[in-house]
Amino acid sequence: MQLNNRKRELVKEFSPMLEKTSLLTKIWIGALISIISVGIYAFVIQFKDGHIVTGMRDNVVWGLYIVNFIFFVCLSYSGAFISGILHFFRTPWKNSVTRIVEIITVLSIIIGPVFILLCIGRLDRLYFLFLYPRIQSPITWDIIAIITDLVGCFIYLYLTFIPDFAILRDSPDLKLPVWRKKLYKFLAINYQDTPDQRKRLHNTTSIMSKMVIAMAIVAYTVLAWIFSLTLQPGWNSTIFAPDFIVAGLYSGISVIIIAMYLIRKYFKLEKYILKSHFIMAAMVLLVLSLLFGYFTFSDYFAKWFSHKIADIDLLKTLFGHYFWMFILANYVGFIIPLIILSFKKLRTIKLITFAALIAVIGLWLNRYLIVVPTLETPYLPIQDTRPEFIHYTATWIEWSLSFAGIAAFFLFFTLLIKFIPVISMSGIIDDERRKLKTKETGNQSISYK
Amino acid sequence: MEKKQTEEGGTDRRKFLKLGLMTSLTAIAGTSIITNLAAQEEEKEATGEVMRLLTPDGKIVEVSASNINKYPEALITPEESRAGIPDRKFVMVIDLAKCKNARKCVESCQKEHKLDYHEEFMKVQLIQNNEESEPYWFPKPCFHCDEPPCVTVCPTGATFKRDDGIVLIDNERCIGCKFCVTSCPYSARQFHWGHKEKFDDKSVPYSPETQVPAAEGTVMKCDFCPDMLRQGLLPHCAQACPEGVIYFGDKNEDLVTNGQETLSFSKLINDRGGYRHLEHLGTKPNVYYLPAVDRLYPVESGLEDQDEEIIDRFKNVPYVQELKKLGKI
Repeated sequence: MQLNNRKRELVKEFSPMLEKTSLLTKIWIGALISIISVGIYAFVIQFKDGHIVTGMRDNVVWGLYIVNFIFFVCLSYSGAFISGILHFFRTPWKNSVTRIVEIITVLSIIIGPVFILLCIGRLDRLYFLFLYPRIQSPITWDIIAIITDLVGCFIYLYLTFIPDFAILRDSPDLKLPVWRKKLYKFLAINYQDTPDQRKRLHNTTSIMSKMVIAMAIVAYTVLAWIFSLTLQPGWNSTIFAPDFIVAGLYSGISVIIIAMYLIRKYFKLEKYILKSHFIMAAMVLLVLSLLFGYFTFSDYFAKWFSHKIADIDLLKTLFGHYFWMFILANYVGFIIPLIILSFKKLRTIKLITFAALIAVIGLWLNRYLIVVPTLETPYLPIQDTRPEFIHYTATWIEWSLSFAGIAAFFLFFTLLIKFIPVISMSGIIDDERRKLKTKETGNQSISYK
Repeated sequence: MEKKQTEEGGTDRRKFLKLGLMTSLTAIAGTSIITNLAAQEEEKEATGEVMRLLTPDGKIVEVSASNINKYPEALITPEESRAGIPDRKFVMVIDLAKCKNARKCVESCQKEHKLDYHEEFMKVQLIQNNEESEPYWFPKPCFHCDEPPCVTVCPTGATFKRDDGIVLIDNERCIGCKFCVTSCPYSARQFHWGHKEKFDDKSVPYSPETQVPAAEGTVMKCDFCPDMLRQGLLPHCAQACPEGVIYFGDKNEDLVTNGQETLSFSKLINDRGGYRHLEHLGTKPNVYYLPAVDRLYPVESGLEDQDEEIIDRFKNVPYVQELKKLGKI
């Protein structure tokens, strides 16, 4: 009974988030939609005129789209990984962040693959992938891995949503349109929070949380293999798969920290998202920044030390044409977070968020440096070709589609947390129930003495 | 394969298929099994009739009648083009000592494949082996590797390795993912980035053997001109070269010719120190190079009488930069 009251309290507390849309939110949504519209316009141009409107040419055939693809997909995998681990170890402070993590996971696994579609020359023949599949191709592996991961993440996200949908369904006081109430009822699939149902749901979620970790590792690895299984200098490296996992986690944690900061600030959730959350995320980020720096260093150091001609050509490009980008990605993007997170005095919420922002930007640039410079330095020097084919510069079409992707990410996030509270209510209830139980059993054991 | 088939009269179908499967698995790694089976089945239809022919070096050989000009100038559909020309193993030998960047191979290839000025299946590069040695002109077609990375990574089987060693692209199957372009260590592949009027010219039906008409959003590359080979002619680049740099032939016959002289392939490679470019990558190319020793022309002659635009394409080569500084070009 006590818990039922608590449920009502929680719904009441979070109801403004679901019921009202402030002017600021409306402006925010409007801005996002206009960015996406520009992106759609750019896509129409690209679809009509072909890839000639992009900056990609015969040597650099993969550009911003693939960079965004690996960036977003990495984000999603790291989200799945982190939320799986949070569930698996029943981390006590998880309730405030799990939902943010899960939403990031699902949204980025939807947006990431859209970018690979943009990079395909003949979208009208996309179904050939299923009509004439060749299992030998790493692309086929990647399709299988991404689809599996997408389905897995969706199921997992939905499982964690069910108890909250049930709570929302059982709250008649909410001032919401009828269709939304009906939708909650439909999505709650008659979950009544009976002990039996609870146990079953818990078991399923716990299995899925482990599955999601495994799927993330597989999908991650296959993604890295798209590059590392080729013979190209700079790509053909055994460190790529683990490096992608570490780098993905690094960017994933950073995006989670930024999301935590924004949500906490905007919805005034200081009561739920505590400083301790930021500190704990900061500690994870610190470890990952060290790992990321270590992996990146090992990769480039081995190339420099063994100085094979092709590798040296690549390093010359990286330290020549891409000097500042390289410094930003692999030095600043690693050292600034490292310094901020290492000193206790510097670990304030704002500085932690700043470190996370630097890490995300650094990591995006790092992905860019993986894709583009390698294509600019093939084994055979680029000669007997048009001068404009030598270097890659993204066009406004590619940039606007990239920003449209980021805007879509924010938009879906905003809409989703208007639909379901960003803090898991059922998680809080579960925690309190567990505490109550231990208290009771504790009392019992005392009385038995 | 062929022999077995004639002996048994093609009755033991299962055994035949099994054998076909095994041969294709061992011989052509990476090519789709289904494609190969289809190829074998077509062979099975052969009549077994034998014809006697005179080879260029005066030997008389017996060849199955089904192998001779089965399709003289006829259209080869994408399906048929996957089979390859039976009993052939095509090979190209490029004599670097004779090349002076005359660019006739490039131009003739562009003309016959209906390519634009800026699209080259055959590129001529200026390569320098080390600081001490002078650079040399290096014509670079597709190497038609026996372990082609482009074929392995193709997700739809649009690019395929045939039994005669040729790697082709079916641009009606290609989805334009460009994975093959990034996986080719020799940068042999190009992409149709936008629409061009010539793509609409459907007067000749499409065949992967000619790559005409091309299609937007698909890949293209040197194809060894199988349409010419079926007619018993040399590829366009080999025909056009005024210096006879490019030899073309059949490894099974152990013969290569540049149209002026016909030589034994193995002897040529062994006597002249023939090598394959970037052998260490393990792609097993079918294009061999003869080292640029005792050259007929100085390197600079390749830059004489060329358009400013062509010279500009080599501006990043240190040697060319030096020539420019000295005012020689």
